[in-house]
Amino acid sequence: MLDILDREHSVAGPGYNRWLVPPAALAIHLCIGQVYGFSVFKLPMTKLLGVTHSAQGDWTQSQLAVIFSIAIFFLGMSAAFFGKWVEKQGPRKAMFAAAGCFGGGFIVAALGVALHNLWLVYLGYGVLGGIGLGIGYISPVSTLVKWFPDRPGMATGMAIMGFGGGAMIGSPLAVSLMKFYSTPSSVGVVETMLTMGTIYFLFMMFGVFTVRVPAPGWQPAGYVPSAQPQKLVTDADVTADDAPKTRPFWLLWVILCFNVTAGIGILEQASPMIQEMLLYPAATGGIDPANTAAITQATAPLAAVAGGFVGLLSLFNMIGRFFWSSTSDYIGRKNVYYIYLLLGPLLYFLIPVAGRMGSTPLFVGICVLILTMYGGGFATIPAYLRDLFGTMQVGAIHGRLITSWSVAGVLGPLLVNGIRDYQIAHGAVGVERYAPTMYLMCGLLLIAALCNYLVGPVDSKYHVRDTGYAPTAKPQLKGK
Amino acid sequence: MTAMPRSSNQPMESPPARSVGLLLFAWLYVGVPLAWGVTQTIMKSMALFH
Repeated sequence: MLDILDREHSVAGPGYNRWLVPPAALAIHLCIGQVYGFSVFKLPMTKLLGVTHSAQGDWTQSQLAVIFSIAIFFLGMSAAFFGKWVEKQGPRKAMFAAAGCFGGGFIVAALGVALHNLWLVYLGYGVLGGIGLGIGYISPVSTLVKWFPDRPGMATGMAIMGFGGGAMIGSPLAVSLMKFYSTPSSVGVVETMLTMGTIYFLFMMFGVFTVRVPAPGWQPAGYVPSAQPQKLVTDADVTADDAPKTRPFWLLWVILCFNVTAGIGILEQASPMIQEMLLYPAATGGIDPANTAAITQATAPLAAVAGGFVGLLSLFNMIGRFFWSSTSDYIGRKNVYYIYLLLGPLLYFLIPVAGRMGSTPLFVGICVLILTMYGGGFATIPAYLRDLFGTMQVGAIHGRLITSWSVAGVLGPLLVNGIRDYQIAHGAVGVERYAPTMYLMCGLLLIAALCNYLVGPVDSKYHVRDTGYAPTAKPQLKGK
Repeated sequence: MTAMPRSSNQPMESPPARSVGLLLFAWLYVGVPLAWGVTQTIMKSMALFH
């Protein structure tokens, strides 16, 4: 019965509309993108025993923060490890596996919460859910670039945009469900996780049964591949095993890693940064510092306002994924990365300037523009890989490349929080707590810009002679 | 550099009405929850500008 999930059973028939593939991919990415909104569970999960307050034996925020880190770590590792399996089995089986792991991860985590066993939550949402994230993230990439050879940036950007938008659905959904299920004796986390696991699994099934792979040799009507040879766009293919042996792969690895780290520099500190740099001075200006009651009253709404700012960043992160990756189809991948990596440092440099000026609109404008490029960096990378390594195993190569995301996801917060703690310990206040981090991010992005400059075509000794269609076919390497 | 073989070229046919309906459903299926999420986010972020 599970034969229906095989690649052979998901080949598109005549008349299949390729514009069905992006919503199929979005059905997966909108679900797994919920991981960015996992933080809404943190506070209620510190009150599982005390319900209205944290009681003896309740989990701490730092214990719960590990869940997200485990999930992101397993995202990268599973994308790298299962990439070739995804290419071999096709998108339908991969999406089904992702749905099973991600939905199942919620169910196991709910069991862990019910039994008050933190290790079971780590195993469920962190490990099992993380594997679902990794497989789900790469599952539609290869298929999309094959369906849209004319606009690969737009196609993959559309799917990866869903990952950026997932938290915007997952967070309010989780909050509403916890409110619905909460009782005087329960915060409603178990029921919410069970419900979300089931909803996400079913929602992802639409993607599973809608996605198709193109028939061998299929091309869009009227599509004529450019006769003009482009230096960085190959019509040959490189296998996933050979890609990490090439210099362009590692240059892109560094570019993605530093672009993600720089984005984390904003995302990780967005809420405290806007409060300490702008909102707090504006709210307390003119109030006698000795009047604590008035200061408390004036600063009470600031956390909610900062929460709105974080939401706005998520929105622009999502918009940037589609906008920049689509733009790359017209101006080229290398040029669009030059924009991220050269305009980015200028914007990071201007953040402390906006803080010192006390200009909230300028500060918000700079941050949202940076976040569009953070998202754009994620979304454009599959098309950049397709240009350099061909379409044959681009999903698997993408999986290996996003190990850089795992590294940045772990090192980035350590770096930015470490610098902030150091600055606070040395008496820095307001803007000065964050300025060194911003200057460091400028440096990282300029190094990444240099890497982008060095990206060149893959050495032809790694090109596969005859790709055929099936990636399972043993490739013949062109003689060295 | 070796060109990828193109064994056949099957141009896309004009989509039948059923296909258009399915396409509309598919985009609404993902578009409605996304629009809801975006609306929630924008409403929450309005506090920033008050």
